[in-house]
Amino acid sequence: MDPSRRAPRSAIDPVPKFRQVGFFTPGAPPERSQSGPPDPTHSPPVSDVSPSANSLSPVMIPPPRHLSDNLAIHARPTLASPLRAESLAAGGGGSSFGDFFPAPMSPATQASSSYSSRMAAGEGSFFDRHGVRGDKGNNNGKVASSFPRGGFDLTAMKKVSGGGGGGGSGAGVPASELTTVSVVNDSLAIHEKEKANRGGGSAVEAKDQSTGSKQQKPKTTKAERRALQESQRAAKAAAKAEGNKASGTATSANAKPAKAVKPTPKVDNAAVAASEKKGGDCPPEKDRKKDVPQPRMQYDDKSRVEKAKRRAMVKQTEARNRVELFRHLPQYEHGSQLPDLESKFFHLDPVHPTVYKVGLQYLSGDICGANARCIAMLQAFQEAIKDYRVPPEKTLVRDLTAKIGSYVSFLNECRPISISMGNAIRFLKSRIAKLPLTVSESEAKVSLQSDIERFISEKIILANKVIVKHAVTKIRDGDVLLTYGSSSAVEMILLHAHELGKQFRVVVVDSRPKLRGQILLRRLLEKGLNCEYTHINAVSYIMHEVTRVFLGASSVLSNGTVYSRVGTACVAMVAHEFRVPVIVCCEAYKFHERVQLDSICSNELGDPDIISNVRGREGVNYLDGWANVENLQLLNLIYDATPSDYVSMIVTDYGMVPPTSVPVIVREYGREQVWI
Amino acid sequence: MWWRSASFILDRQQNNEALRQETSSTITPPPPTESSTAMGFPTDHNPNISAYYQTRAAHHAVVTSDWLAQAQAATTPHDPPQSTSAADPDKPFSVIDEFNNWRRLPDLAEAVAAIRALAAVIRSSQASTMMQLEIELKKASDSLKAWDTTSISLTAGCDLFMRYVTRTSALEYEDFNSAKSRLIERAEKFGEISYKARKIIAMLSQEFIFDGCTILVHGFSRVVFEVLKLAAQNKRLFRVFCTEGRPDRTGLRLSNELAKLDVPVKIVIDSAVAYTMDEVDMVFVGADGVVESGGIINMMGTYQIALVANSMNKPVYVAAESYKFARLYPLDQKDLAPALRPIDFGVPIPSKVEVERSARDYTPPQYLTLLFTDLGVLTPSVVSDELIQLYL
Repeated sequence: MDPSRRAPRSAIDPVPKFRQVGFFTPGAPPERSQSGPPDPTHSPPVSDVSPSANSLSPVMIPPPRHLSDNLAIHARPTLASPLRAESLAAGGGGSSFGDFFPAPMSPATQASSSYSSRMAAGEGSFFDRHGVRGDKGNNNGKVASSFPRGGFDLTAMKKVSGGGGGGGSGAGVPASELTTVSVVNDSLAIHEKEKANRGGGSAVEAKDQSTGSKQQKPKTTKAERRALQESQRAAKAAAKAEGNKASGTATSANAKPAKAVKPTPKVDNAAVAASEKKGGDCPPEKDRKKDVPQPRMQYDDKSRVEKAKRRAMVKQTEARNRVELFRHLPQYEHGSQLPDLESKFFHLDPVHPTVYKVGLQYLSGDICGANARCIAMLQAFQEAIKDYRVPPEKTLVRDLTAKIGSYVSFLNECRPISISMGNAIRFLKSRIAKLPLTVSESEAKVSLQSDIERFISEKIILANKVIVKHAVTKIRDGDVLLTYGSSSAVEMILLHAHELGKQFRVVVVDSRPKLRGQILLRRLLEKGLNCEYTHINAVSYIMHEVTRVFLGASSVLSNGTVYSRVGTACVAMVAHEFRVPVIVCCEAYKFHERVQLDSICSNELGDPDIISNVRGREGVNYLDGWANVENLQLLNLIYDATPSDYVSMIVTDYGMVPPTSVPVIVREYGREQVWI
Repeated sequence: MWWRSASFILDRQQNNEALRQETSSTITPPPPTESSTAMGFPTDHNPNISAYYQTRAAHHAVVTSDWLAQAQAATTPHDPPQSTSAADPDKPFSVIDEFNNWRRLPDLAEAVAAIRALAAVIRSSQASTMMQLEIELKKASDSLKAWDTTSISLTAGCDLFMRYVTRTSALEYEDFNSAKSRLIERAEKFGEISYKARKIIAMLSQEFIFDGCTILVHGFSRVVFEVLKLAAQNKRLFRVFCTEGRPDRTGLRLSNELAKLDVPVKIVIDSAVAYTMDEVDMVFVGADGVVESGGIINMMGTYQIALVANSMNKPVYVAAESYKFARLYPLDQKDLAPALRPIDFGVPIPSKVEVERSARDYTPPQYLTLLFTDLGVLTPSVVSDELIQLYL
């Protein structure tokens, strides 16, 4: 940190005007906040002081809502109804997904055996090139074994879903003449439906909804009172539904809440009105609301979590002993959901089977790595769009957005969406929103599918090629390259450099519990590279002989912070200490305008049991059954944030740039251009 | 790309000589260097000696054996630029000749000479379509770049010219001639901007020189000299420490020039930088090239001066024209194409002893405070911003 990039700039005393770019604080040199645990005395419950850059903490009053929001829901990508964040995905709130969830850790494109064999054919060259190699018996072997291997009969699933989906969405509505009212009906209907579909979203809770109406008690209008009543009824019904679900039949569970939640749009309105009053004289500025990032779900907020759970399709059981600092992140006990979801496989109505499959693969860990996850998701969406039919009385733009939103929230329940996926979803939604109204259904579908295709090929595959081209120039003969974990981009770089005949040695640093480095190591060895394999514990020993460190990233945030697999920061810091250049390879579609200073406020928690067990050594399971001990808290963090000071260079599809230029790229090629 | 190979240049040079026997003296290859370490390649293009530094030596009037040879060559009369380009219709127009003619002007930076040469390419082009013209221009710029691969500003200047000139609305004109004239206009504008860059930088940096300050200067940079000259003319009171600037002793030249302006100057040997640093208020250096990270590539010794200044919390200012912004990203010192030059130690060096002959080093951005460029006063990270906007 000492020779910080920016520190010396503050040394100028007679400061006349000069230009700065990126992130800086006027005046004092920006003291980078280190990602360490904040003083617990200062921040008892993390959520309350959540330093997260773009989320309102739950104690803050949410931005005022406007009545018309419910009608406008589908017109805008960001939904501002009191149902917040993730649960909104169904209503088209997916645009902010990237904000809410951390990305996956190792951007390696790796599909394990159970997945690859089936997907490879349709996957295109990307998977063919790196992904598909059976890595049996690796990390996911255990989980994957419970996966329904033979069970994917796509045609059958399609039939099921087609019937279910079509019936669910439009069946009840007679072909109507009431075209004038239909807009309103539409949005409400969609809203209801999406709720019904999801029986409860992944995570969110209309906390403000309930608190808002409670506080308004003294002077409620008739409408509000009714709304309150209805919300209570809905809650009761939902509770009943929960009971049903527990008792077993998935179908009834899905059907019941559908009815139960129906009246909620009105509740929303009431709550909206209420919160608006609370907000005082805030005018109904839709534009401003759009800018206000939606607060992230804080999982230490009991009541919200309760409600979110009710809505959730994937039944998650919360892990009990969670580490104090990370209570705001979702942590579930792994292993329990998979059989449950599998049993529901043929009963699902809202989720398209391919999406469902991808979700299960996320859950079981069969697909991991940012690129692999993103491609799998996009291809599933492509499939879903292909099978999509616009229900009568609805417009494609709105209904499809809602559909995609519901898929997204399903995937999100399986595993929190990564930043790269969030960006891809944002791209897709903006494409949907931009479809001209005159386009016919089939044309629209074709154009969306080709858009997705283009995104995959241009933003991921081509970008990787460009990155390889740039990064290879930084490998010289006699170099010792160190890499951590398994990154698809780094793998391609190393292989390409080897093809070019450069003489170098690779040190693969790995860490428990995933041991993804072994996958990389195996592929490198197959190509005949000179490798060395070690665990992260030895990184300070090995670093002195290293000349370059190549790292992958799950995302690069706009202060240059690299958000990547846990352990990356450690490797980067050691490298920096040894004055070894650290090169981060990251496609531009993974850039995000968020700023994050530590790895606490946004992260993903993995299965705590994995770290307490030592696989393959039965004798050393000292921690067996300790998960329930009160005094023990297990923390399996998935990501960490590397401050930009430790990064010498970021290789992206726009060339080699310093980490300070990430905001420039986000700004210059922001949105439209980046997303094609 | 056979354009890039050195052999091509040699061949072409010989051809030219054959064509123009009477003026052959203009391109006389300098005599082999006497330096103990030089291998004694018989051509102008000694791969062991950076052409860039030969030019610099010529411009900065540094007395070396090389320079003497060059000076001799330069005293012989040579054709003015126009006549070479226009007079001889049989001989194909050559950028390199044009470039060399411009380069002889002592005050003209290499990149500006290249820019003017490229502008001349457009003017004399016989292309009849835009595409042809563009290809011709590309070829010319490639051959210019190949002429001296060690010069960063030459490469960057050519690239920027291509970027600036061809990226216009000119391509939308229906009429080729109007499009071409638009290109010429733009090329000339670019040449003008580049030419004025030094004056703009001098003006911008005046605020940073305060009365009573002591400035440490390394090497001879025309921009830095311009800055100091203007400050002296503005009746600023300041003191300058000049490093000696071994091996070409560029610091001596600068101290001479400054003494003529009545600026108090002190010469400091290169190894006394740390010793004098406590008296120094700011460090001023020029740059051979500004790279994408915001760091600079400059005459050998800049890096250590910046390190010393940084550890003593003295600001390091870099004066560099924007045509020196290059799309390079060195990760460390050895990550550059080395520009070699002979070093005269005064005593014979045993053949077993190796000599580090690299002429420049890379100073990472964290040791620089500000860059004074014709685009404004920038922090190092803005360089990448500008480059991204220019190239992408």
